Amino acid sequence: MSFINKPKVGHPSLPTNALGLTRRQYEGSMSTLCAGCGHDSVTAAIIEACWGLDMRPEMLVKLSGIGCSSKTTSYFVSGAHGFNSVHGRMPSIASGANAANRELTYVGVSGDGDSLSIGLGQLVHAIRRNVNMLYVIENNGVYGLTKGQFSASADVGTKAKRGDVNQSPPIDPVLLALSLGATFVARSFSGDKAQLVPLMQAGMRHRGFAIIDVLSPCVTFNDHEGSTKSYIFTREHYHAAMEADFVAHAEPITVDYPQGESIPVELHDGSRVVLRKLGASYDPTDAAAAYNFIEGKLKQNEYVTGLIHINEAGSTEFHAGNNSSAVPLNRIPYEKLSPGRAALEKLMGRYR
Amino acid sequence: MPNLVNAPDRVNDFVVKFANVNGTGSASANSLVMKAIFRMGVPVTGKNYFPSNIQGLPTWYEIRVTRDAYAARAGRVDIMVAMNAETYPRDVREVASGGYLIYDSTWPRSALLQRADITVIGVPLAKLVNDSFDGVRNRILLKNIAYAGTLAALLDVDIEIINGLLSESYGKKPKLLDSNTKALRLGYDYARQHLGCPLPLRVARMDKTSGHIMIDGNTAAGLGCVYAGATVGAWYPITPSTSLMDAFKGFCERYRIDPATGERNFAVIQAEDELAAIGMVVGASWNGARAFTPTSGPGISLMNEFVGLAYYAEVPCVIFDVQRVGPSTGMPTRTQQSDIMLCAYASHGDTRHVLLFPANPEECFYMAVQAFDLAERLQTPVFVLSDLDIGMNDWMCPDLRWDDAYRPDRGKVLSAEELAGLDKFYRYVDRDDDAISYRTLPGVSPKGAYFTRGSGHNQYGTYTEDSAEYQVVLDRLKRKFATAAKYVPKPELLGKGGNEIAIVSIGSCDGAVREAIDVLERRKIHVDYLRIKAFPFGLEVESFLSAHATIFIVEQNRDAQLRSLLTLETAVEKARLHSILSYSGLPMTCQPIVDGICGVLADAPRLSAIKR
Repeated sequence: MSFINKPKVGHPSLPTNALGLTRRQYEGSMSTLCAGCGHDSVTAAIIEACWGLDMRPEMLVKLSGIGCSSKTTSYFVSGAHGFNSVHGRMPSIASGANAANRELTYVGVSGDGDSLSIGLGQLVHAIRRNVNMLYVIENNGVYGLTKGQFSASADVGTKAKRGDVNQSPPIDPVLLALSLGATFVARSFSGDKAQLVPLMQAGMRHRGFAIIDVLSPCVTFNDHEGSTKSYIFTREHYHAAMEADFVAHAEPITVDYPQGESIPVELHDGSRVVLRKLGASYDPTDAAAAYNFIEGKLKQNEYVTGLIHINEAGSTEFHAGNNSSAVPLNRIPYEKLSPGRAALEKLMGRYR
Repeated sequence: MPNLVNAPDRVNDFVVKFANVNGTGSASANSLVMKAIFRMGVPVTGKNYFPSNIQGLPTWYEIRVTRDAYAARAGRVDIMVAMNAETYPRDVREVASGGYLIYDSTWPRSALLQRADITVIGVPLAKLVNDSFDGVRNRILLKNIAYAGTLAALLDVDIEIINGLLSESYGKKPKLLDSNTKALRLGYDYARQHLGCPLPLRVARMDKTSGHIMIDGNTAAGLGCVYAGATVGAWYPITPSTSLMDAFKGFCERYRIDPATGERNFAVIQAEDELAAIGMVVGASWNGARAFTPTSGPGISLMNEFVGLAYYAEVPCVIFDVQRVGPSTGMPTRTQQSDIMLCAYASHGDTRHVLLFPANPEECFYMAVQAFDLAERLQTPVFVLSDLDIGMNDWMCPDLRWDDAYRPDRGKVLSAEELAGLDKFYRYVDRDDDAISYRTLPGVSPKGAYFTRGSGHNQYGTYTEDSAEYQVVLDRLKRKFATAAKYVPKPELLGKGGNEIAIVSIGSCDGAVREAIDVLERRKIHVDYLRIKAFPFGLEVESFLSAHATIFIVEQNRDAQLRSLLTLETAVEKARLHSILSYSGLPMTCQPIVDGICGVLADAPRLSAIKR
């Protein structure tokens, strides 16, 4: 944690995006997390992703539950509304907020305790409902704020700082999301900003529920030997199967990708995510194949990162399914919402 | 026809109860009879006593024909239409002396049905129907229509009105219309030929129902949400609130689909549980939509955590609690007013909530609209405490009316222009000295951005663990509740106000209280009556309590929850409040009120002296 407040003004030579805003203008309040916390790197990636997307700060909505990870929504984009809800219930707040206004970009930040234990039901149903949002799990395998209890993502045999050994099998959010038919599923590592930023950008632009499981080590309670969520373990066991480049729709694709090894996926707004295969026979558009591949690798203690699955064309997000008005529900003028006096008078006939 | 025992003038003043098996289609036959009487200009109420079950268990429907337009359950049965052999013994017992029992004499039960003081009328309904129709299911359904026909003859109900109702229901299905009309006639003709029609208990045309409708409270509340401009409804199915969302959805499909584009100007979300339902309401309301959830007691229990967040973070939301019998799962299909304390102080920590108490479906409609206005004006959860009796039974109400000049009160929400004119926006500062601060919506301006949280915050909206800063906000919330007392609906006063004895009540007790007052008047006991419509209690409640020496608090729960709330939240001395309680799960009748008041008066000579 830093004790020095960030200066409000930046150097005039700082680069600006299309809105004329610098990265500094996408920052939030000072982080109160432990020095070296993986979550702060994720925060930095979100800032970079929003800046790079030229996002108007007020068009972003930041949502979270309770826990270390959930605190981070106040550490980025101070020009956006934030909602720090109750433990494990952020998905319902996101669902309601999204129902009211379909035009905003919703980014939820949660943790493994918030998402996989107390909030598992809400996460699962937000995926089913296909709420149009980016859902980031900052996954470190422990409860930080209550000082180091195992979470539901802790691997069997992993050792707590105080010596306990975890007995229960983990819930893997990637396999979970794939089994539920999620249309954008990714895994990354807080230390790999180059991978994380385009994933986040594509996730925000994906029309539907986009989930990114980000391994984000807890330096205080879960960074020791015997932990499978430590920096060292992560560096050794997390490997990208797929590299993703996000290409905003205004830009032409300038890099030459070798035929057969790159898969350009067009997103609904015209932007693209170009996937470059690192492994041989991996097709991220095939959910079943992705599931088998990831599961097989997990058995070998290998964590595959990158954009694991995307199905842009097959995604029917909540409003599309509801056939909601194109004008956000919270902006429809009252005159259009009230059937009026004459309709009521006519309706009364049904009740005589 | 046996001799008629004890037959005073009971024209337009009697109760018919139908004993049926649920899932056999009896409900439509019963409401056919009720609606026909209503169309003859005679006030009626219909009460459904049904099991928490889909098919095969006993169910009862009660029609009170009431020329004086009493809304309460009568508490007696004059005519029992006993169509469920399984419940014969108790159905026979329930008929008032001098009353009638109608049963299907295809299978004679003379021994079982013997009671000297009532008249048993056998009609071979199954035989009549089986001789004329094919198909097991068809025969079961049409037998119901046949007894409706018999009843029409016995009660002198205009059969042409029933035929009219059938045409309205089956106008587009000529085969169904034909068989229903025929079945109705079978029962009707049999009665005319074999029974002495009409009975002394009969219906005669009046003109007391014009300008009125028969509607249930959940339908009226759902309609109210449409007129209030609600666009997001989130819910988890629970008896007896489910039909509220069904109604909202049905009305939205009728009124809220853009004819040009087919797009929906609403979203109804069936949540995974009540925790999520209220979360969605909070999220949508926070984002500027009018959002609501209908539920019942168990749902409120689950929603407590979010209700506290909405209270503390000051997010408007509207919750309909259609109360049922508790504790726990209780009796889901029976009525009670037992969530008063639960809702008043829902959630941990210091919380107090605005409650509205509709007394009938008409008020469900208007209070639904008021609930949204209050929630947004006060930026807090508002509970509408209906109950199963109001929500699911058909009540006679004046036509619902609407003023097209109505515009929603969205409360203090700053626009982009207003924000531009501010130096800096602070979410929880009391700028107007009414304890209500200004809020902003996402997507409007980066200047309006703030962080909504259930954790400790200061008046500037930032996180705090500082005692003084925390208390500034908490104290303002207390003052805001005082502001709320000025905005909520005023209580309704009946009586001159100068009587020494008074009744205070809420919600669906109203019908029983009014009827009791008439009975007491005839016994020369005069009482004043205050019906509380909302919590927090305003000055009117306080002064009414202080002006009366003996006050009877009438409510439908075991623990005198309204009385408790009054002793906690007003200056009244506990000793002056006498409880009259009904918590059987059946809608209250006037009897316990009359008995309760007369009993206390008999024990208190000074009070009985005021009988004039």
